Amino acid sequence: RPRPGGRCRMTVAFVLNGRRVELEVPPHWTLLRALRDAAGQTDVKYGCGEGVCGACTVLLDGAAVNACSTLAGQADGAEILTVAGLSKSGELHPLQRELVERGAVQCGFCTPGVVLGALEAVELGAAGSREEIRESLAGNLCRCTGYRTIVDAVEAYRDASGGRA
Amino acid sequence: MAVGTERPLRVVGAELVRHDAVEKVQGRTKYAADAEHPRMLHAMLKRSDHAHARILSVDTAAAETLPGVVGVYLAQDVPNNTAWVDVPGQTIEVGALKAFTNVLADGVVRYHGEPVALVAAETEDAALAALDAIEVEYEALPVVDDPVRALEPGAPLVHEGGNLLASWELEEGDVDAALAAAHVVVEGAYETQFVDHAYLEPEAGTAWLDAGGVIVIRAATQVIEHFRDVAQILGLDENRVRVIAPYVGGGFGGKEDLTVEPYLALVVLKTGRPVRMVWSRQESLLARSNRHAFRMRYRTGADRDGRLLAQEIELLADGGAYAYLSALVLLYSTTCAQGPYRCPNVRIRSRVVYTNHTPCSAFRGFGGMQVALAYEGQLDALAVELGLDPLELRRRNFVERGDALAIGQPLDTHVALPELTAAVEERLGPPPEPSSASALVGRGFACNLQPYGRCVWLNDWSSAWIGFERDGSLTIRIGVPDIGCGQASSLVQIASEVLGVAPERIAIHIGDSALTPLTGTTTATRQLYMSGNAVLEAATRLRDGVVQVAAGLLEVEPGQVELTPEGARDSEAVGRVVPFPDLVAACAAQNVPWQTLAVFHAPKGVPWRADEAWRGRVLPDFTYGCHGVDLEVDPETGHVRVLRYVAAHDVGRALNPQSVRGQIEGAVAMGIGYALSERVVFEDGQNLTGTFSQYLIPTAMEVPDVEALVLESGEGLGPFGARGIGEPPIGPPAPAIAAALRDATGVAFRTLPFTPELIGQALAKRTLPTLRRSERQRS
Repeated sequence: RPRPGGRCRMTVAFVLNGRRVELEVPPHWTLLRALRDAAGQTDVKYGCGEGVCGACTVLLDGAAVNACSTLAGQADGAEILTVAGLSKSGELHPLQRELVERGAVQCGFCTPGVVLGALEAVELGAAGSREEIRESLAGNLCRCTGYRTIVDAVEAYRDASGGRA
Repeated sequence: MAVGTERPLRVVGAELVRHDAVEKVQGRTKYAADAEHPRMLHAMLKRSDHAHARILSVDTAAAETLPGVVGVYLAQDVPNNTAWVDVPGQTIEVGALKAFTNVLADGVVRYHGEPVALVAAETEDAALAALDAIEVEYEALPVVDDPVRALEPGAPLVHEGGNLLASWELEEGDVDAALAAAHVVVEGAYETQFVDHAYLEPEAGTAWLDAGGVIVIRAATQVIEHFRDVAQILGLDENRVRVIAPYVGGGFGGKEDLTVEPYLALVVLKTGRPVRMVWSRQESLLARSNRHAFRMRYRTGADRDGRLLAQEIELLADGGAYAYLSALVLLYSTTCAQGPYRCPNVRIRSRVVYTNHTPCSAFRGFGGMQVALAYEGQLDALAVELGLDPLELRRRNFVERGDALAIGQPLDTHVALPELTAAVEERLGPPPEPSSASALVGRGFACNLQPYGRCVWLNDWSSAWIGFERDGSLTIRIGVPDIGCGQASSLVQIASEVLGVAPERIAIHIGDSALTPLTGTTTATRQLYMSGNAVLEAATRLRDGVVQVAAGLLEVEPGQVELTPEGARDSEAVGRVVPFPDLVAACAAQNVPWQTLAVFHAPKGVPWRADEAWRGRVLPDFTYGCHGVDLEVDPETGHVRVLRYVAAHDVGRALNPQSVRGQIEGAVAMGIGYALSERVVFEDGQNLTGTFSQYLIPTAMEVPDVEALVLESGEGLGPFGARGIGEPPIGPPAPAIAAALRDATGVAFRTLPFTPELIGQALAKRTLPTLRRSERQRS
């Protein structure tokens, strides 16, 4: 029988929202657990733990990943952006402003993941049409809004940003 | 309410940005799982692998000696393990119901996932290891997994006393005679499935011991009043338990019953240490309440013009292993079973039974939803029989103000169904075009009525506190849990409207059973109606006093005083303003209150009594809606694509139109999932849909841009004439999609969900010519 209570730890170092951090975590921990429980980054949400709902989406070296399906060790040496790292001095990022003003935030639990998933889609040029935006956001489940307002916000942001983040 | 009608509205009706959205979009909102305490323990539940079994033994010795494990608790460790609840509204067959749930299984487990043991440990990993180390020996018992067989003589019992949980029987008029005399009678059997709330935030919370021996629980809940239930379980005075609801990551009824609260409180009681419990998605899908699966049989008779003469209705609901709110859900189903249609002869027999499935309880729609599939399906069947347009048939039968439903429920506000159907029809415009030669397209409509506010036998009330601060800002204290619908934000709007203070200068403290006045549950589409009226009452009372003082300072009549964001001003002389800080100081000097507490009481009703002739009011009022959908079916695969969706509701008054549309669009998305993909699957009582890759909620790709049409009759019972809108829009999607499928394929689909398999199989049985929609007349 394994001893999960045991003392085996590994060091993981990455740049988190512009700040260098070094964490001592058990090797089986996911990036989600490391971010929430070791780095105190509670803006990254646990929704399903199986890479379906997208509530734990972070940008890992610019690519949107589900932190629940990424081992902490895989992030060693990487640059990680969570939604908390997006707002500089409390100012809303233009995409965040669109989401708020268009009523795309209800319970808000999916919202951090939606923001980062949508940012990546616009950055990659994968948000050309409403259909494409919907496809890009298929990995970010929302149970409150019915998605229209989210798609509207991403569309407006895409147009305002000239198609690039 | 008078305040709303005297003058043009300033803040109410405006598309205000919700104050909570800014923090949420930045990830700054601290949800239940986001809190941490020094020396915090982690709690987890060992759950039953069996759907029905006797517990022969539980061996916790190995688990207790694991490093980091602080405690392992069983039923005998809970001071009052069995929580008894009075369920109102019981019928002759069953009698008054004292329903129970166990905090931890006691001798018998009755569903797959029922909590058996509670573990508290220093780390989550240690708690997980302890769960594995607990040895439970079971003796399997026969599983009751079918509501019909549950009622057969000799069926295994889920609980002593029989498997019938609750039942209603009523007849108005003479149904047999009316059916015999009807020009046409249609009969239909309908089935709905179990579904999960699937909010994005799984059940979670923290708890700790505070001064005075008070156990504080901060949990994702729709009901902070559960402090009473937790106190009963722990054997404490109710005032020694405090529940705080932070912003909740979705509720939909699933966080209405107790979830993590008793377990957190028990660990605090046993250890004195803070604790956190976060359920996994798999636990949430496995063991949290579902929407009741219904089997419904309707016989509907009409005259040659399509006027309804008789409805014979049988409802059978699977309530799962414990009662929870099943009896009330069935009461709502019984009340709404005939739909928003006049019918002089109605017989309803409704039953809900115990099985060894996951317990069913509250879920957005609360029994008003399942019956919509059946009553609308019947109207569509009648339309086909009579060769009538489905909407025209409905128009000939809509209830109107002054009518009563068969149970005796009066309908005493405007019924906007004629306007709503016209609006939906107009918005949809010309019929849809198929995207390919083989694709089938169809259009369908559905109407519904859905109550808002709790059953009038429950003496519902709400209280709210509002006070000015010395700097002229305003504070609201109210025990409302905000589950994501903008409950708190709407209350700010109401206070701002009445008292003039700008929304951004109003702070609202919510959801704390010790510090905010209790206002009742965020359930039953009651929060805007009830809390809104309480805030309106408090604000109006405060305004009356403040305006008197302002009138003195301005040397004008009180009627001439206007409250604006700048302060009190003379409405007839530009420039004369008393700023709020000066006004508050003047109130203090004159002993005029600048803070107040108000209580709003909902209308009461005479509870049902054991008398077959009883008829009466069950619910305060209803919200009505009409939805229309265009869809396309791929006959090869059975796949359905929703092309357009229009949803119209009379919301009385839209306090924040953006929030109203958000409720409608979100409910339609959830209803589309109910219609097309969502299903909790059991096999011999074993739940087979324990992950989000098995339980399919709609993604952005499955939901079209829902077009919400908001009508404002001004006739609701809420503040400024608002009706509730949280639940009502979830009823019509499934029947509207069924109608559109029928239009597209000629097949009446009556078993939810309408999966590609179901549709594909049904179409495979048809001969090709019947599939050609163009050959049929869409009268």
